Amino acid sequence: MQLIPTLFFVSVIIFSLQHLLPGDPALVMAGEERDPAAIEQIRQHYHLDRSLPVQYVYWVKGALSGDLGESMRLKEPVLSLIVKKLPVTITLASMAIIIALTIGVGAGIVSAVKKDSLWDYAANALALWGISTPNFWLGIMLIFLFSVKLGWLPASGYVPLTEDWRASLATMIMPAFVLGNAIAAILMRHTRSAMLHVLESDYIRTARAKGLLEHSVIFKHALRNALTPVITLGALEFGTLLSGAVLTEQIFAVPGFGKLIVDAVFNRDYAVVQGVVLVTATAYMTLNLLADMAYILVNPRLRG
Amino acid sequence: MAEAALTATAVANAAESIETPTARAMRRFKRRRGAVFALVVIAVFVAAAMLAPLISPYDPDLQTWSAVRKAPSALHWFGTDDVGRDVLARVIFGARASLLAGVISVAIALLVGVPVGLVSGYVGGFIDALFSRITDALLACPFLILAIALAAFLGPSLGNAMIAIGVTTTPIFIRLTRGQVMVVKVEDYVEAARAVGNPHWRIALVHVLPNILPALLVQATLSIAAAIIAEAALSFLGLGQQPPAPSWGSMLNAAQRFLVNAPWMAIWPGLAIFLTVLSFNLVGDGLRDALDPRSR
Amino acid sequence: MRAFQLATAAMLLLVSAGIACAQTTLRIGLAEDPDILDPTLARTYVGRIVFASFCDKLFDIDEKLNAVPQLALGYETAPDGLSVTIKLRPNVKFHDGEPFNAAAAKYSLERHMTMAGSFRRPELAAVDRVEVVDPLTIKIVLKAPFAPLIAQLTDRSGMMVSPKAATEAGDKFGLHPVCAGPYKFVERVPQDRIVGEKFADYWNKDNVHIDRVVYLPISDDTVRLANLKSGGLDLIERALATDIKDIRADPKLKLATALGLGYTGIDINERSKNPLGSSAAVRQALDAAIDREAINQVVFNGEFVPGNQWVSSENSYYQQAFPVPKRDVAKAKALLKQAGVTTPFDVDFMVPKGAEPQAVAEVVQAMAGEVGINMKIRVTEFATSLKQAEAGEYQAYLLGWSGRSDPDGNLYSFYKCKAPLNYPGSCNPDVDKLLDESRVPSDQAQRKAIYEKLTRLLLDDVSIIYLYHPRVLIAHTVRLDGYRQLPDGLVRVVGLRLK
Repeated sequence: MQLIPTLFFVSVIIFSLQHLLPGDPALVMAGEERDPAAIEQIRQHYHLDRSLPVQYVYWVKGALSGDLGESMRLKEPVLSLIVKKLPVTITLASMAIIIALTIGVGAGIVSAVKKDSLWDYAANALALWGISTPNFWLGIMLIFLFSVKLGWLPASGYVPLTEDWRASLATMIMPAFVLGNAIAAILMRHTRSAMLHVLESDYIRTARAKGLLEHSVIFKHALRNALTPVITLGALEFGTLLSGAVLTEQIFAVPGFGKLIVDAVFNRDYAVVQGVVLVTATAYMTLNLLADMAYILVNPRLRG
Repeated sequence: MAEAALTATAVANAAESIETPTARAMRRFKRRRGAVFALVVIAVFVAAAMLAPLISPYDPDLQTWSAVRKAPSALHWFGTDDVGRDVLARVIFGARASLLAGVISVAIALLVGVPVGLVSGYVGGFIDALFSRITDALLACPFLILAIALAAFLGPSLGNAMIAIGVTTTPIFIRLTRGQVMVVKVEDYVEAARAVGNPHWRIALVHVLPNILPALLVQATLSIAAAIIAEAALSFLGLGQQPPAPSWGSMLNAAQRFLVNAPWMAIWPGLAIFLTVLSFNLVGDGLRDALDPRSR
Repeated sequence: MRAFQLATAAMLLLVSAGIACAQTTLRIGLAEDPDILDPTLARTYVGRIVFASFCDKLFDIDEKLNAVPQLALGYETAPDGLSVTIKLRPNVKFHDGEPFNAAAAKYSLERHMTMAGSFRRPELAAVDRVEVVDPLTIKIVLKAPFAPLIAQLTDRSGMMVSPKAATEAGDKFGLHPVCAGPYKFVERVPQDRIVGEKFADYWNKDNVHIDRVVYLPISDDTVRLANLKSGGLDLIERALATDIKDIRADPKLKLATALGLGYTGIDINERSKNPLGSSAAVRQALDAAIDREAINQVVFNGEFVPGNQWVSSENSYYQQAFPVPKRDVAKAKALLKQAGVTTPFDVDFMVPKGAEPQAVAEVVQAMAGEVGINMKIRVTEFATSLKQAEAGEYQAYLLGWSGRSDPDGNLYSFYKCKAPLNYPGSCNPDVDKLLDESRVPSDQAQRKAIYEKLTRLLLDDVSIIYLYHPRVLIAHTVRLDGYRQLPDGLVRVVGLRLK
C-alpha cells in the first residue's frame, strides 16, 4: 500500500520543519518568566535536550502506540485535543462543502449550458470570486455587515450541532460560507468541463435526437454523468479546506484544527502540529483512496 | 500552364487556411471576452507596478503625522493610513511586491517542479515511486501550514515568503508534469522519435516538453493567482513583506483594526488583490478553453 | 379558599423556580487563550485574568498599589527584615471542601518554590522556608531582607491551592484547578471557553451576585469588539486605543481604564559592535530624536502615557527630577557628531509581530531617520524573538513588559548583571549595588532615595529607551454594574451585578 511510505514522508517533513524552526519551545513556555532551572526542567521533560533523530524516534514510537505526545502549552494529550476538536472541524467542513457544491455545481451547470453568453461570465465571476478574495478579509467584512451592523448573526464562537441546531447554524454559516467560497471555484471548473464534455458526447446527441426536452437532457442525463467525478473531487478538497480554515477559524474564533495548528506553530508546540498534521494527512489520503475506489466502481470502463 | 497557375493558387490558398495551433488558440482565446478583459487589467497593474515612481502622487513611506487615517479627499484620493501615509501611493508600490511574489513563486515552482516531474514521469520505476510518495506527502500537509513553517524558518521577508510559497506550490507542478508526461510518452511521435534513435534527454526536451506546455501554462496562470493570495495571507500573519515597504497583504494586516474607523485602508488593497487575482483566474480559464484540443 | 391558597402557592413556587432558573452569566472576551491554569506553572498575562475568578491570593492590591487583605488578614515584618509573619483569614474553604489553614498556605508556597517547572521560583527566591506558627498564622523566613515580598504575594505567588487536590493531580492540576476563589472551575475547552460557577462557600459570598462566569478567547481585536457590540460578550479586555472614541460614542458600552503597571521600550544590545550598542552618547542621541508625544498621538490617539522611566509619571516611585523629555533633533545631531559617528548608519530593529508594535516601530524609524540613524525593521514572531534576544542576535528590540506592582519587578531582572531579562547585557557594579540596596528598606521614602541615584546612572547609560505606558482598556456593557479597573489589568468579578 502506498499509504505507508507516504505517511512516513509526511512524518519526516513535518517533524523536521517543526524542529528546524528557530526558537526554543521551553523559552516560549516560559514567556516573561525567566528561571533557568524551570526552563531546563521543561527541556528534559519533553526530551528537547536530545538530538533530533532521537526525538523523532520517541515521537514515532509513541504515535504507533496511539500516544501523540502532549501539548506543552496546555499539558493536555494531543490525541484528546484532536478528538475534542474533530466534531467542530467536521461540522464546519461539511457545511463548507455543501455550500461549495451548491454554488460551484450550480455555477458550473449554468456556465456549461449557456456557454459564452452573459450567464456564462456571471456564473464564472460568481464562483471565481471565492478564490479571488483573501478569506481573512472576506471574513472580517462579513462579521461587520451581519453581526455589528445588522445584528443577524453572532460574530464568533461555536455551538455544537447536537446542542442547539439553530444556534449552531447561526455561528457556522459565515465561516462555512467563507471556506466554501474558495472551493466553489474549483468545483465549478470541473463541473463545467465535465458537463461540456458530456453535453457534446454521442450519448447526449442521441437523447436530443430522440426529442427529449432540453432540461430533461441536462438534469437527467448529462448531470448524472458529469457529477460523479465532481463529488469525488469535493471530498478531496479536504486539504484545501484545512488550509483555508487556518485563518478563517482564527477570525471567527471557531475552536477547530486550523486555530489549534496556527497557535501551535507560533508557540513552537511541536507535538500538537505534528500530531494534527499526521492525523489530517492520514484522513486526506484515506479519502483519496476511497475516492479512487468509488470512481472505479462508478465508471466500469476504468476497471479493465 | 493554366493548370499549374491554378494549382499554385490552390496550394497558396490552402497554406493560408491551415491555421497554426498558436493562431487557433489565440482566436479561441479572443472569443472569451472576459479573459481578454482580464488580460488588459493585468497589463494595467503590471504597468502601474513598473511605472510606480512616475505615477505615484507621494512617496509611499512618507509619514504625515498630522494627517493620520484621513478619509479619501482631493489631497489623498484613497485616504491615508494609520501613520499618515498615502494609501494610493502604497497600493501602486504594493503592486510590485504582490505581483513579484506571484510570479517568482510560480517561477520557482516551475523551475523545480517541471524537471522533477519530467524525470519522474519519463523514467518511471523506483525514482518515480520515490518522488511520487514525497509529492503526495507534501500535498497531504495543509499548504498554509507548510508555508507558515517555511517562512518562519527562513525568517520574515518578502523574498523568503516567495521561496516558501514557491516550495509549497512545487508539488502541484511535479504532479501535473508527471501526469502529462505519462500521457504523452506513449504517443506515436514519441515512439517514432525513439525508433529513429534519439537519446532520451533529447526526446524529453524536444518532443515531450513542448507538448505539455499548454497544460503547464494554464496551471502557472492559476498558480500565480493563488500565490498572490498566499502572499497576502503570509503578510497578514507578519511573515511576508517587512514594514515599512508596502504590499497589499501587509496593508490588509494593518487595516484590520480600523475597519470601522478607516475602512478605506482595507478597501483599496483588498480590491486590488481581488481584481488582480480574479483576472489571473479568468485568463487561466480562458487559456484552458483556448488550448483544449476538444473545443472547436 | 383552599383552591386559592393552592393556586397562590403554586404560582409562588413557579415564580421562585423561574427566578432560580434565570441564571446570570458574565461572558468575558480574552485577547488570547491562557496557558495552563496552574498558578505555579502559569506564565501568561491572560492567565492571571482567569485566576482572578478561581484562585484567591493571600493579598490583593488597591488603586494605590497597596496590599489589602484577601486570604490573609495582615502581616508584620520583623525589625531585622529577615522574617514576615502573616495572619490568615479564618473559616475559608477550598472548592473541594478542604479547609484553608496554615498548613495549606505552607503547602502552596512550598509548591511554588520547589515544584518542577515552577515559574514562581525566582519570585520567591529570597524565601528560605515557611513555618507554621499556629493554624491561622505562618512565618516566612527570608535569606536576606526583601521588601518586595508582600507585592509578590499579591500575584500568582500568593495564590493558594487545595493541598489534597494538588497532591492528587500533580502537574495535571491545571486541567482542573481547585482553589479558594469566588468561582469554582467547571470546564475548559481549549481555545473555546473556560467556565466557572459560583462557589457556595466562598468567604465573601455575599458580594458575589453573578452565577456563572465564562471566558472566551477571541484573538482578533476587531472581532472581539464586534462581539461586545452585538451583545455576544459582556466585557472585553485589551480594547484598542484607536477604538476608544467608538466605544465612548456607543450608548450601550462603557469604558473602564487605569494606567497600567507596564511599559514599552526599546532594548539596545550593548554587546553589539554597532555604534548604537557601543556608545552611550549615540543611545542618548536616539533617545533625543524620538518624539514620545507624537508616537502617542499617532498610534494611540493620545490615550496612552508617554514615559521615560520604568514606572509611569503617576507612580509614587517616579523620579520627578527626570521628566519625560521633548524631542530635540539638534541635540541628537550634536551628540552624534560628538561621538564621532558617521551618519547615516544602519541598525537592526527587531519588532514583535502585532499591529501596534509595528506602527510604533514605523514611526520611530521615521524619527530616527531624520538624524541619520536607519532603523531596519525586522518583524519577528514571538518565539524567535525570545531566542534571539537571549542570544544577543539583535541591535535594537522593541519590547513591552506587563509590569509588577512593586517597582523592583520592573527593575531588578532588567538591569542586574547577567539577570535573565537583561537583554541589553548592561553591567555596572554600581547599579548592581544600588539594586540590592533598594530591596532592603520597607520605608518608601528610603527606597525612593536609593532609586534616585539609580535613575541617574540608568538614564545616562540608556540601555533601555522607554517610550510609553499603556493604559488598561476594558470595555463592558452598561448592564454590568460596579466594575472598577485597577492598574494591574485584572478583571475582578467580586461585587459585580448584571442587569
